[in-house]
Amino acid sequence: MSRPSDHYDSAPAKRDGAIAGPSLGPIGYARFFWRQLTSMRTALFLLLLLAIAAVPGSLVPQRSSDPNGVVQYTRDNPTLAPIVDAVQGFDVYTSVWFSAIYLLLFVSLIGCVIPRTAHHFKALRAAPPKTPARLDRLEGYASVEVGAGESDAAAAIDSARDILRRSGYRVQLFEGQGGDFSVSAERGYLRETGNLVFHTALIGVLISVGIGGSFGYSGQKVIVEGDSFSNVLLSYESFLPGRFFDDSVLEPYRLTLDDFDVEYEQQNRNAYGQPIDFTAGVTTFQGGAEAGVEREIKVNAPLSIGGNEIYLLGNGYAPVITVRDGNGDVAFSQAVPFLPQDANLTSLGVLKVPDALPEQLSMRGFFYPSAVPLDTGAFTSNYPDLVNPVLSLQVYTGEPRLDDGVYALDLDGLTEIAGRTAATPSIELRPGETADLPGGAGSITFENAAPASAAGDLEQSVPRFASLDIHRDPSQGWVLLFAILVLAGLLTSLFIPRRRVWVKAIDSDGGLRLEYAGLARGEDPGLERAVRDIQQRHAQRLGLRVNE
Amino acid sequence: MTEQFVSASLVAIWSAMGVYTVAFILFTLDLAKRSAGDAESAGSTADSSSTAESLAFERAAASESSSGRSIGGQLGNAGGITATLVRPVEDSPAPKVYRLERVAFALTGLAWLVHVAAVLLRGFAQGYVPWANMFEFSLTSSAIIVGVFLFMQFWQNLRFLGAYISGFALIVLGVGTVNFYVDVVPLAVPLQSFWLVIHVFVAVLGTAFFALGAGLSITQLLQSRAAAGRAVGLRFLQTIPSADKLETLAYRVIVVGFVFWTFTLIAGAVWAERAWGRYWGWDTKEVWTFIIWTIFAGYIHARATRGWRGSRSAWLAIIGFGAVMFNFTVVNLFFKGLHAYSGL
Repeated sequence: MSRPSDHYDSAPAKRDGAIAGPSLGPIGYARFFWRQLTSMRTALFLLLLLAIAAVPGSLVPQRSSDPNGVVQYTRDNPTLAPIVDAVQGFDVYTSVWFSAIYLLLFVSLIGCVIPRTAHHFKALRAAPPKTPARLDRLEGYASVEVGAGESDAAAAIDSARDILRRSGYRVQLFEGQGGDFSVSAERGYLRETGNLVFHTALIGVLISVGIGGSFGYSGQKVIVEGDSFSNVLLSYESFLPGRFFDDSVLEPYRLTLDDFDVEYEQQNRNAYGQPIDFTAGVTTFQGGAEAGVEREIKVNAPLSIGGNEIYLLGNGYAPVITVRDGNGDVAFSQAVPFLPQDANLTSLGVLKVPDALPEQLSMRGFFYPSAVPLDTGAFTSNYPDLVNPVLSLQVYTGEPRLDDGVYALDLDGLTEIAGRTAATPSIELRPGETADLPGGAGSITFENAAPASAAGDLEQSVPRFASLDIHRDPSQGWVLLFAILVLAGLLTSLFIPRRRVWVKAIDSDGGLRLEYAGLARGEDPGLERAVRDIQQRHAQRLGLRVNE
Repeated sequence: MTEQFVSASLVAIWSAMGVYTVAFILFTLDLAKRSAGDAESAGSTADSSSTAESLAFERAAASESSSGRSIGGQLGNAGGITATLVRPVEDSPAPKVYRLERVAFALTGLAWLVHVAAVLLRGFAQGYVPWANMFEFSLTSSAIIVGVFLFMQFWQNLRFLGAYISGFALIVLGVGTVNFYVDVVPLAVPLQSFWLVIHVFVAVLGTAFFALGAGLSITQLLQSRAAAGRAVGLRFLQTIPSADKLETLAYRVIVVGFVFWTFTLIAGAVWAERAWGRYWGWDTKEVWTFIIWTIFAGYIHARATRGWRGSRSAWLAIIGFGAVMFNFTVVNLFFKGLHAYSGL
């Protein structure tokens, strides 16, 4: 059986009326179930079910694409969230029920593709079928009466065969009982080939996504201008290995972020300050070479190196901050990445200084690249570039939690010594300035990264950081290959017509009657035209002047 | 310079909308007139008297041409043997000509030219393709939909969809311009890629074919209701192709749309890999593009499944196009995702 029993083109099932219920053994049931699963109706049902099942994942935030959204959703809907979570609503596309649907669909697909492939292989080697006795019920039927004396039916069919063969048909000659000759021709086997390639390639996509993805990994790195990144596990800020990841696949290389350039729109008043270009200039060191290679990473233009693709996904400012403790010793001095909160890069950052003595220090605050005061006394930034950089920090004493990362500060157990609730207001600093902390707790310096610049030129005073995504996905090429096969298979299966054409020559009353007809196998809008074309070429070849 | 182009583009948009409005009204009037069965006003037609059953074999002898013509063949001196072709005469009547429809169609063509000018002016004004935000997308997609409709006439007479297409274009263009208008701004950095040109353009082409397919499927449903005697008053249906014919046309149009949509999906994945570092991440827009692909895959399978031809598959085509519209409107405006380029 080549096609599912309920395929439009296959013969309706015979209903013999016998109810085979009691005699249906386990094998019978298995066969029944299999036939149900591989039927067109089931495939269609599963396809539509898959479409419906994909919808909830767009309504509820997903852990895979929007983890912060999940946190927010849980906070906003405390009663609903556990229910959503219980039905895997935050992981729809890896959930049991979603997986069940597409796996069943693919089993159904495989159950359909395998017998059809076997059938197609046979069809590819088989000759076209016998010419039907009556052609006049078929599509594009035409007959040509040739007068007496010209009755070489065999020769006429020979030339018809020649024409058909040259037009890409597979041909077979038949001799009927009544002394008639005919040629049976078929073309468009590529249609079914395309169909099978399309469906097989879909399975290929699924397998390469499923298996291939497990060998890859993805990681993030925030890197400040002037800093370096080495491709070892410890250098990554976060790292998500695939199931079969093995750290021997990390190829040794190193890169330095030399500079990060942003271009802002300054002509168009409707988009003043809109970034129009980001460029991360890096130097890469590979294979133990001393000399580095200068390269660029841009949005839409990742860097390929050592089996990795490195993407530029974010950027911001990293003010260089030095903290001296109560004893006057430098307890902290480095560039601190502040995370942008808006288009003008008002940025939020956290510092933890556990080494400060006699009291541990921590700080949280905002960085404004172009600070302007608000009526409330607070600042905001009105331009993303460094026009008037201001750092505003609240300072706490007490032991800061270190396990919650470098971007979060748990205020529990901390005492504010400078800020809204303290006697001393928040510390405000411009590049190069230093402020003392109240109570002799020490001092903070906002270092000017380019102290040699002309006075008032603060454009280089604060370094920028780039956040890079570093990926390895060995299956990617396979997915692309199968995707291209999907498209190629689709095109051939939809637009190459599969058709049969017959030409018959019958001796009649000393003359000759030539008959032409075709049969579409699947959608074939051009069949009639094709038959007519064959007929006209045949007439031409035979030297017939045809009166229409 | 930019400002002149922008305002010229806006003038062109409003002008196109005006002409589309007139075309829409005329298309609708034409359908109403056909429903009234006013045969006289339908304009002169070629004879359409051939009854379907009489598969007349008569054209055989009734022909002009050459000198040595006779039913029996004989050896001709120059042209070879003369033979006689017998072919069943096709039963399709010669297409009627409706004067109002012709005027409406011509106006749609005119409006489209002005519309295309608006698209081009906007493109020149900003120096990049005019489909980078919702306003521009509405502007360009409606132009492409009308364009596909117009050029489709070289293949098939689908003018009976004129009211549907001109009305649809009018709504898209109007809502896009009134509610989503944004000034010319530089192209956002993530969109600076040639994939913007390819991916989005092919998506719009796919949408255009799906729109036509949905129009044909709606007409098909009306037609089959009429056949069941339930479409009272819609007598214009007698002047358009049968439900079967409409279904075949819808299928052919949608299949083309499906190929474009598949390409959009693949091109989008390739671009996503370049821009975001992963080719597929179940972003809301990706989810809906996938849903639409699955619905139309279902539609194509439905056409090959016994019991699913006819009205059921027509409904799938309509639901599929509904999902396309949902993807463009609700998903763009209300769903959170990476495809946040509405410009609003």
